[in-house]
Amino acid sequence: MILDVKGLDVDYVSAKGAVRAVNDVSFQLRRGEILGVAGESGCGKSTLIMAIMRLLRPPAALTGGEVWLHPRDGEPVDLAARTDRELRTLRWRRIAVVLQSAMDALNPVARLSAQFADVLKAHGYRDAGKRTAELLEMVGISPDRARSYPHEMSGGMRQRAMIALALACDPELVVMDEPTTAVDVVMQRQILSQILQLRDRLGFSVVFVTHDLSLLVELADRIAVMYAGRIVEIGEAAGIYADPKHPYTKGLRDSFPPLRAPVTKLSGIPGTPPALRDLPPGCAFEPRCARRFGDCAERRPELLPVGGGLAACHLHDRERAHV
Amino acid sequence: MKQGKWRFLTRRVGFYLATAWSAITLNFLIPRLMPGDPASVIVRQLQRQSGESVSPETVAAIQKLFGDPRAGLLQQYWDYLVSIARLDFGLSVSRFPTPVGELLGAGLPWTLLLVGTTTVIAFLLGTGLGIAAGWKPGGRLDGFLSPLSTFLSALPYFWVALIALYVFGLVLGWFPLGGGFDPDLYGGPGFLGSVLEHLVMPAATIVFSAFGGWLLGMRNMMVTAVSEDYVLLGRAKGLSAGRVMFRYAARNALLPSVTGFAMAIGGVLGGALLTEIVFSYPGIGYLLYDAVSKRDYPLMQGVFLLTTLTVLLANFVADSVYVMIDPRTREAGR
Amino acid sequence: MKVRVGIGIIAFFAVVAVVGPWLNDLMGIGPWKIDYDAISRPPGGGHLLGATSQGTDVLAQVIAGTRNSMVVGALAGVIGIVLAVVVGVTAGFFGGRIDALLSFLTNMFLVLPVLPLTLIVAGYVQDTGPVTIALIIGLFGWAPGARTLRAQTLSLRGRDFVMAMRMLGETRTRLIFVEVLPHLAGWISAMFLHLVLGAVLAEAGLAFLGISSADTVSWGTIIDQARQVALLNGMWWWFVPPGLCIALLGTATGLVNFGIDEVMNPRLRTADIKAMRKALA
Repeated sequence: MILDVKGLDVDYVSAKGAVRAVNDVSFQLRRGEILGVAGESGCGKSTLIMAIMRLLRPPAALTGGEVWLHPRDGEPVDLAARTDRELRTLRWRRIAVVLQSAMDALNPVARLSAQFADVLKAHGYRDAGKRTAELLEMVGISPDRARSYPHEMSGGMRQRAMIALALACDPELVVMDEPTTAVDVVMQRQILSQILQLRDRLGFSVVFVTHDLSLLVELADRIAVMYAGRIVEIGEAAGIYADPKHPYTKGLRDSFPPLRAPVTKLSGIPGTPPALRDLPPGCAFEPRCARRFGDCAERRPELLPVGGGLAACHLHDRERAHV
Repeated sequence: MKQGKWRFLTRRVGFYLATAWSAITLNFLIPRLMPGDPASVIVRQLQRQSGESVSPETVAAIQKLFGDPRAGLLQQYWDYLVSIARLDFGLSVSRFPTPVGELLGAGLPWTLLLVGTTTVIAFLLGTGLGIAAGWKPGGRLDGFLSPLSTFLSALPYFWVALIALYVFGLVLGWFPLGGGFDPDLYGGPGFLGSVLEHLVMPAATIVFSAFGGWLLGMRNMMVTAVSEDYVLLGRAKGLSAGRVMFRYAARNALLPSVTGFAMAIGGVLGGALLTEIVFSYPGIGYLLYDAVSKRDYPLMQGVFLLTTLTVLLANFVADSVYVMIDPRTREAGR
Repeated sequence: MKVRVGIGIIAFFAVVAVVGPWLNDLMGIGPWKIDYDAISRPPGGGHLLGATSQGTDVLAQVIAGTRNSMVVGALAGVIGIVLAVVVGVTAGFFGGRIDALLSFLTNMFLVLPVLPLTLIVAGYVQDTGPVTIALIIGLFGWAPGARTLRAQTLSLRGRDFVMAMRMLGETRTRLIFVEVLPHLAGWISAMFLHLVLGAVLAEAGLAFLGISSADTVSWGTIIDQARQVALLNGMWWWFVPPGLCIALLGTATGLVNFGIDEVMNPRLRTADIKAMRKALA
């Protein structure tokens, strides 16, 4: 195990009061595993990973829970309890990040080489130039592009350069926040297969956030689906895709065309996600759910084992009672 | 890419040349656009002011300013351009027959010393503090510096100068009450010290009045930059806070600030010229005051041309700096 | 909060500008009334803010000066903002050659030093009453506003709703007045305040250089007169109040603009962050 998240809470605090954006989220990540986190925009998936990396920006704040990182060598660390200064040696060495748009995430006024060099030097690498060339080659970029500025590269190249940058210090965990939304479908495929190859070669773990569930089926080992700040279903990728236990997961699956199979029928989920400010007392998905019944509106379902994974839905209460 | 920069700078040079030409033409047209026969109006005015008859030489100097009425407007314009090209700005009326060019030449070093140095100091100080304030918006430093600079940047330069002169010059007697140096020490061993002594108060006034504006501008740019993804990535990289603050946030926030520098320089110069007047500093500002109070139109126009050209030059320098620090050289930015 | 304080200060000066003369009558003081017993007297007694070396009441002068300073500010502000809107919005909305020409003009006025320019024009004009001064200041001060409004119009033009209206065949004039201008209201008011403050400062600067008419009193003329006499005699009460008025007005403008900025650019909002710090502490 590399990561053990326990009961994580994130609040958005404003003058009008606090809103909980991530609510009691727990999950574990195995070494070398790729965990996909899926959900509509605003479900808290990006906030969750920013909280794990302790990169939340005001007005978001980590208000509860633990984030245990289990390094290859050495004692486990609770990232949630560390100060910024203490985290510095862990950052990038242990956990690196790939952001949605490399155009925005790379420093626009620095050459690629400088952006590799500063992090390499900060973490004790001697020959930054050589390492940079090695990393760029790893993602199929010619090493002489290191002298380029971000705006001089194509979108796909920038995104791959970001991945190379993330791998600079040989991290154990790479967090990816929709790293392929800014590129076209062909480039998306290329990048995804590159991530898989690199993972197999270097053995890092990945938390991969996206709104596109079909993409995760190709990439992830396990998938967590988030809704209104909570994980509503988590389990093996293939299982979740073939046989979703939560009506929301099913809706999410049916609203994107699969990457490989022919497009059959697409159906969106009716309605919009609830405002976090006033969540319904019961299941947050209840107002949009086609299969709501009984006391879905009153009683919030717990995340409990169903089939091979976990799901938070009253539909499975009876099955469980039988077991 | 290098080419793009040169193209950008060439275009800017073209723009400044066009602007300089417009200012020179404006300078030519303004006196001629005035209703009636301005030359005789001014002569009469001078007569009324001084109470004695105006010498024929002065009348000639004034007439030259408005052009020989017998020559056509185009001929006048040509003559005017030729004399400008020869740096001939005509003769001063109030200090007849000193050429305006000579007066400007004498005043310019003082203004460059005072305004040049203080503007750079105020810019550096304001920008530095702006970086610090904008790094943690809403923090303690920001909560103190932002309102303070809002207030400071609203103070009229010459009023601050008056108060400084009153408090430190008159009441406390720490600094001399005016001038650029002690005439008794001119050329002597204590001359440099005397220049510095006279420089302190006007310089401090300008820095005090000007840095708040830079601070606010940089602070807002910094607040915007801090929320950018590249700063987030800098933090994620585990770099030191100082490095993220300067290399990632401030380095990017500085770009619009340099453009702002170019635009604000005209206003700062205006305020600084007024400050010179309060301290009777022997620079361009004081010449301007003399020119206005004695209706010395040739001198007034000379000052206008000189300041305009200086500001254009400063703008070009800012452009060059911008090109150097922004690898992208966006032409759409300005 | 900041905005409210700012608006309050501006409103205060506006009210004083309007009712100033009555206010002076009410207190039994006047800007030209000479009290020979009070010549150069410091604040206190019958003269709240003291008296000048001619025996006129400083408070009465400041109150009377408020009107002229504000009139110049408001008038120059209106002239400037009209020019800025016309030039900026036209350039941003129509684009192409019109934009190129107007942007060139704007950039030119942007780099010309305004004070010397205003000065020579004002120097040549024989009449230097408040209206003329305001006219000159407004005429030369519109460029920064035009630049900002052009940029904002440009970004507005690309937005969906304006595009949609264009598709529907709305006339351009209607689009400008119904869709563009209302959306620019915040920016326009911010620019207007900037212009007013700039004009008040410019007027004071001109008066300080001796360009003003002898029979009007403004914040600038008071400082100018005080400079010549008051300084050497240590009469600080003469020149401090008018300058403080300018500074207050400037601060108020800054506060309001802070607020407008925060609405326009949510990233500059700090109230929420402060609330967060408090909640977490």
